[in-house]
Amino acid sequence: MISEILQTLPQVLVDGLALGAVYAVVAIGYTMVYGILEFINFAHGEIFMTGAFAGTAALLTLKSAGLLGAMPGWLAYLLAFVIAMLLTGILGIGIERVAYRPLRKAPKLISFISAVGISFLLQDIVRFIADLKTGNFIVTGITLYDSNLKVAASSLWSVFGDAFIKTNTIIVLAAAVVLMIGLDLFVNRTKWGVAMRAVAQDRDTASLMSINVNKVIALTFFIGSALGGGTGVLFAQQYGTIDPYIGFTLGMKAFTAAVLGGIGNIRGAMFGGILIGLIEMLASTNLGILTGGSFGAEYKDVMSFLILIVVLIFKPEGLFGKAIKEKV
Amino acid sequence: MNKWIFVLRQNKLVLAAVYAVFVIVTALSVYLSDKSVVSFLLLLSSFLLLYYTAFPNTVKWGIAGVLLLIVIPFATSGGASHESYMEVVTQCGIYIAMALGLNIVVGFAGLLDLGFIAFFAVGAYSYAIFSTPQVSNFISGNLFPLSGSWFWLFILLGGFIAALFGVLLGLPVLRVKGDYLAIVTLGFGEIIRLIFNNLSKPVNITNGAMGISSIPPPNLFGFQFTFPHQFYFIVIAILAVVLFGVRRLEHSRLGRSWKAIRENEIAAQAMGIPVIGTKLTAFAVGASFSGMMGVVFAAKQTFIDPTSFTLVESATILVMVILGGMGSVPGVILGAAIVTILNLQVLTELTNWFNQLTLNGIVNIPSALSPSKMQRLLFGVILVLMAIFRPNGLIAAKNRKVNEEKLKANLPKAAVPIGQSAKQSGGAFK
Repeated sequence: MISEILQTLPQVLVDGLALGAVYAVVAIGYTMVYGILEFINFAHGEIFMTGAFAGTAALLTLKSAGLLGAMPGWLAYLLAFVIAMLLTGILGIGIERVAYRPLRKAPKLISFISAVGISFLLQDIVRFIADLKTGNFIVTGITLYDSNLKVAASSLWSVFGDAFIKTNTIIVLAAAVVLMIGLDLFVNRTKWGVAMRAVAQDRDTASLMSINVNKVIALTFFIGSALGGGTGVLFAQQYGTIDPYIGFTLGMKAFTAAVLGGIGNIRGAMFGGILIGLIEMLASTNLGILTGGSFGAEYKDVMSFLILIVVLIFKPEGLFGKAIKEKV
Repeated sequence: MNKWIFVLRQNKLVLAAVYAVFVIVTALSVYLSDKSVVSFLLLLSSFLLLYYTAFPNTVKWGIAGVLLLIVIPFATSGGASHESYMEVVTQCGIYIAMALGLNIVVGFAGLLDLGFIAFFAVGAYSYAIFSTPQVSNFISGNLFPLSGSWFWLFILLGGFIAALFGVLLGLPVLRVKGDYLAIVTLGFGEIIRLIFNNLSKPVNITNGAMGISSIPPPNLFGFQFTFPHQFYFIVIAILAVVLFGVRRLEHSRLGRSWKAIRENEIAAQAMGIPVIGTKLTAFAVGASFSGMMGVVFAAKQTFIDPTSFTLVESATILVMVILGGMGSVPGVILGAAIVTILNLQVLTELTNWFNQLTLNGIVNIPSALSPSKMQRLLFGVILVLMAIFRPNGLIAAKNRKVNEEKLKANLPKAAVPIGQSAKQSGGAFK
């Protein structure tokens, strides 16, 4: 049993890291919005999904225009990535303006319900468009970098089996690292980042210090949504097939990652994402082996939800968050 | 216009006559026409009119009973679409009971539950498993599978098991608040669905994604309930019990505790309300309504599988509560009826109409835009619009008013000296 688990371990680690990187970047979107508004942006998973569709649509348009073969692959990739980020970023600002800002002073329950509504709306609108354009709402896009590299882990230790790593996995990891470092620098080193942290700490005082709170919140939504949308493109490239309902499960897992890392804490979200990705891959590969085949990979989603529930009950402030006392 | 409303308010006899004419005309038009969605909806809207009439409450309940038990079954029996009408009304009844259950959790106690359909699933599966050969996979013996005459016991049992699950869910999540609670309950709902979807091994309990088929219909002393117009009466009976329960609970000590927790949990605790127990009862009572209707649903469909219990179903019930008005019993009934009829009648009729138009070549509407697929879009629009413009719903919840004069007049004379002695003792402390 142990040898079986060890043999698949290199492959599991590679796949888990790629998945974890996706979760981590999406989780940042949840955590940023929560940090600043204390509000769970339930529609964030759908923004991720919209990004995946926008990127795929961009590539498909390039192909039908005959441009895809003419330009280098990395340029097409970058183009799809940037288009998706811009589109979802603007979408995020629009959603905030229309559905969340009028409710900023309303009870939390009401704004959460509005977010649930937005999430349903986005799912169906994307389904319409995909269905109208391609005749099916499940879309298989163009994958640009899908050659496999062999990682000879068996030469490291003979117990390990060899792992295969997609070229795109490297791109996913690199892009995730660049995005996360860029964001970290932005939040900690720039004037806008200072303003953002100030608004998160105390909105009223920040507005007295001549910070335009509405602008900062819009910017937060832009960055969070753009990160989610960009990750959508990475996801579509990594797994090939997308449908309008991927955002829900993935969003839930990314939210779990954000809670695990301590919601409101950007570095915590990154760590939580990687951890959840690894746990999920480990569970889906090894649950069957551990239980003698009675419970298999189909319980991997149950695992993520269980982690969420356990964390919320026993350590609601997460691994890196600060516990808050409730004020009367 | 205003003058007419004034006359109707003043003169009960005129009001009764106008109302009776409305009911008779709509009932006759339903009876005589082959299939007319409009006149059917008008007949159902007589309940809404009844709510706004100036009759005393007992009279209203009486009229509603007559409408439900005599007028609607009779009026719909005229044409070939009797069963489809009855199906719609029966589904309405099922959803109204579930929405009333969710209303206790969300509306009264203020705990947002996004996995409410899980309790419905628990009720449905509990009857389905024990009344089909599925049960012999894990319990041997000749007692199982149970026959249809056990259905009546299972209504109670399904409610009880669902309530148990409600407490089970409630216990761990009580420390979680607000929108976190919503996400945890959503996760719980998904876990239950995934488990039902996969529990075909190691022991085949739920038959996995294949679902459980040929569930026996209810049997009362040899009488089989198989058609919607027979299930209609079962649903009405359960609904009557649920309504009675909700009306009694709402203004009871427990109901007031729920509302106190909703308004301010810390203040409620300071007032001596046991927060944990009160929240748990909210979960249990709400879940039990859903579980009872789950049993009815399983028996009516004779086939269930996990796809009937997805997040969209949970959201459907939430939309009913939000649309009608959180915490408002008449509102929630209205919301549930509107959403169910929208789903079952209006959207399907529109789809059929569009298909006809496309077939005749008048306009070309691609199948991607067919209204029956637009559920999510509609729900999304309803949720956002209601949240922004009418957070209290169509019929806002009203707190019961207390007539102070009347209370004082009814106060026993002995109460006065106590007040005086309190004053005196207060003086003594000074």
